[in-house]
Amino acid sequence: MSEPESIVTIRHLSKIYAQGDIQVTALDDISLVIAAGEFLTLMGPSGSGKSTLLHIIAGIDRPTSGECLVQGIDVTKLNESQLADWRNQNVGFVFQTFNLIPVLTAFENVELPLLLTRLGHAQRRKLVNTALDIVGLADRSHHLPKQLSGGQEQRVAIARALVTDPKLVVADEPTGNLDSHSAQEVLGILQSLSRQVGKTVIMVTHDPKAAAFGSRSIHLEKGELTN
Amino acid sequence: MALPLRYSLRNALVRWRSTVATVLGIALVVFVFVLLQSLAAGIEKSSGNTGDPRNLLVVRKGSTAESASLIGRQNLQDIRYLPEIARNAAGEPVISADVLVLVNLPRRLHNGEANVLLRGVTPRGMELRPQVHLVAGRWFVPGHREVVVSAKLARRFANFDLGSSFKSGSATLTVVGWLAGGGSAFDSECWLDADECRSLFERDMYSSFLIRPVDAAAAARLIDRIENDRRFKLKAEREVDYYRKQTMTAAPIKWLGNFLAVTMSVGAVFAAMNTMYAAVGARTREIGTLRVLGFRRRSVVLALLLEGGFLALLGGILGCAIAFYWNGYTTATMGMETFSEIVFEFRVTPRLVTEGLIFAVAVGLIGTALPAIRAARLPVIAALKAI
Repeated sequence: MSEPESIVTIRHLSKIYAQGDIQVTALDDISLVIAAGEFLTLMGPSGSGKSTLLHIIAGIDRPTSGECLVQGIDVTKLNESQLADWRNQNVGFVFQTFNLIPVLTAFENVELPLLLTRLGHAQRRKLVNTALDIVGLADRSHHLPKQLSGGQEQRVAIARALVTDPKLVVADEPTGNLDSHSAQEVLGILQSLSRQVGKTVIMVTHDPKAAAFGSRSIHLEKGELTN
Repeated sequence: MALPLRYSLRNALVRWRSTVATVLGIALVVFVFVLLQSLAAGIEKSSGNTGDPRNLLVVRKGSTAESASLIGRQNLQDIRYLPEIARNAAGEPVISADVLVLVNLPRRLHNGEANVLLRGVTPRGMELRPQVHLVAGRWFVPGHREVVVSAKLARRFANFDLGSSFKSGSATLTVVGWLAGGGSAFDSECWLDADECRSLFERDMYSSFLIRPVDAAAAARLIDRIENDRRFKLKAEREVDYYRKQTMTAAPIKWLGNFLAVTMSVGAVFAAMNTMYAAVGARTREIGTLRVLGFRRRSVVLALLLEGGFLALLGGILGCAIAFYWNGYTTATMGMETFSEIVFEFRVTPRLVTEGLIFAVAVGLIGTALPAIRAARLPVIAALKAI
């Protein structure tokens, strides 16, 4: 049986913040390989560096040193514009606070990343409806975020993360603002994305119950991997 | 690719309170700008609307206005039979020697006094100015101390009703008719017989000659002749050119309009900037999210500029609409050339509306530029962590 193909390869990654004269080490010489199709959960106490690691993998933060290869591309070497394009094509984001645009409907929110592609209106409509269907919100497509429950908002955010069909989905405490029922629904969707569609999901969480949905869990403490 | 237009528009509408404040601020600036410029445009149109391109107007050299010009009677004798001057059916030269006199008269409703321009005009002078016509009463009869006043002046001055009389110096004149000058400078005049005017006001001299040359070539020759004949010391030019230059009155109003527009626009820029800083501040995380999704800095800047520009355009449209309410409204001021009351209409022209809208959008864009650039330059992570 062959080894699963790696999608993320991290080598000697460090991130040091300067706070005045004091230097704070957020990540300290991290090396890690994440396989394609894996549902990896990053755990650890506040300030352990798990969100920083997630942000660097997703190309929205830069390390102080080290490499972060995603599908063979070292994202630490890309400039701002290249990173913007890369994120659009390769990564889906799910945030703790949903981060939907309040003045746009669920449909328009999900459509946003597709506006940066060359797809026509009909193709975009089809993909958006499919994504909303996957998260079970096809009948809520014309609702504004304020007309949706927290769980529904997060499912719209997942649809937005999926609509460009990225290989990698990153989620930063996606259940942090949800009740337990909604949290189960969201985690179930993320799990099925990994198991049934083959997406690589990386999720930051404090909650061991949430981490149990993942296929692998790693722990960080003071910027270092502890397992 | 740019963010969808609806994103900018809906954001402007969602924050309707600050949107309304910004729109009203910009509307006020545009209203003041357009209204003052429409005053100037009205004065310019009044002067520019006067005269016939075939006519020549002769005044004393150095005089900037007919009312300040004095021409000796001998000059009339020397000029009237020149071959360049056309003749009417009766074989008489088509030349009118006019006399202009300023008289001080009371306004209606005891609203002080103001100078009014009386023009002593000949039958030839009336023929040469066909745009002037009677709208009420009848024309004056020479020798009967009668006067025909502008209908627009009649609304502003006491004793200008038909049948009323007014005294000026030793003369008492009876108003027998109202004239209309078709939006020209003649709307600010009162006409009476030229010889009677000279007699009543003891004027031995004329103020101007209005001449109809035979043709354009004759007009050019006549101008050359009058200007170069050392006996005359006169200046001749096309009547329309003379009136086109009579726009000095509009200059201070234009200057005031521009000055107020510039000073008020500084305030409007800060108002727009304040609105957009507040808008950007409240949406920092939203902007961070857009950047995460792949929208570039310039898309964010463009969306915010569109939002600011849209608000400013609304303000500009509102300001122009309020200013347009005064379009055609008749008012008066003291003419800087004649020192008499001149009546004119507010003229909100398409050009002024265009200038007002461009001005509004410029104010909006300048006010939005700084907050937009600041928002776009914020690192994605910092934007996402904003509360």
